[in-house]
Amino acid sequence: MIVADKKPIEEIIEEIKDYNKILILGCNECVTVCEAGGKKEVGILASALRMYFLNQGKEMKIDERTLERQCDNEYLEEIRDIADEYDAILSLACGVGVQFTAERYHSVPVYPGVNTCFLGATEERGLWTERCQACGQCILAYTGGICPVSRCAKRLLNGPCGGSSNGKCEINKELDCAWQLIIDRLKELDRLDDYEKIFPLKDWSTDRAGGPRKVVREDVKL
Amino acid sequence: MRLQYPANIKIIRVPCTGKIDVLHILRAFEKGADGVYAVGCMEGDCRYESGNFRAKKRVEQAQQILNTIGISGERTRMYNLSSGEGPLFAEIAREMTEKIRKLGPNPIKLAKKKAA
Repeated sequence: MIVADKKPIEEIIEEIKDYNKILILGCNECVTVCEAGGKKEVGILASALRMYFLNQGKEMKIDERTLERQCDNEYLEEIRDIADEYDAILSLACGVGVQFTAERYHSVPVYPGVNTCFLGATEERGLWTERCQACGQCILAYTGGICPVSRCAKRLLNGPCGGSSNGKCEINKELDCAWQLIIDRLKELDRLDDYEKIFPLKDWSTDRAGGPRKVVREDVKL
Repeated sequence: MRLQYPANIKIIRVPCTGKIDVLHILRAFEKGADGVYAVGCMEGDCRYESGNFRAKKRVEQAQQILNTIGISGERTRMYNLSSGEGPLFAEIAREMTEKIRKLGPNPIKLAKKKAA
């Protein structure tokens, strides 16, 4: 899922302080799971902002709404009738949701309420870690299901480098060396022969190097 | 025991303090409560293992938010006591009431009155 983190309330206050009517728009997908922008976070932020502005003597109407997804037109249409009633929308969705909402509603400024961080997993409640960089050319089949693109600081395809020490990465002693993990895993799977194979140059044109990407699927297009 | 404690305290019963959310605390302040305190079981004695620890964290989060928006975080806190400690419950009620009295009324309540 896409992992996001809350923005400090002070920063959000700065974003919206000049408006009088705000819609805080949550998203029921990834940001709900990482507890940054779901219905509950919308409620907490709305309550805090209402109190802040009331305390400042400013009349500010702050409404709450949470959509199933903000990255899909059909769900974004649900606010079609009400969007124009607001001076601004504060979206607690990931960067995709914020942009998609802004694209759909030209006349209303849309502000981000979270910092979108990475594609990751919930290791435990309150701990999310990166697992994928969406490079567009998955090589997990050859690396024992552990991604060196997202988990090796150098994105090495033939690792580890000399900075690997006792299974940890040189950039941070708490960070596992991805290549150590790969070797250990391949050993467990009795597939160390795979490790001996030299990776050819990876085609990075499917990564961000080729500019913004798109997936076109004629077979599913209507 | 027929213990006396301040009559201005409104008790909201929850199955476990683990049920209390930041939102519940904030909404109480938004509605004009001068203070909110959670009374949970002793640490380590939670029937659901970690309910009171969850509550403790959420009360801390609420404190942080309240401090950020200019309402003293001291208006909310967590107490731990066992169900057999009636006298302590009454004492806590008095202590919290005194503390809130010193802090004065919830500024939101005053701001609402001013705006009306």
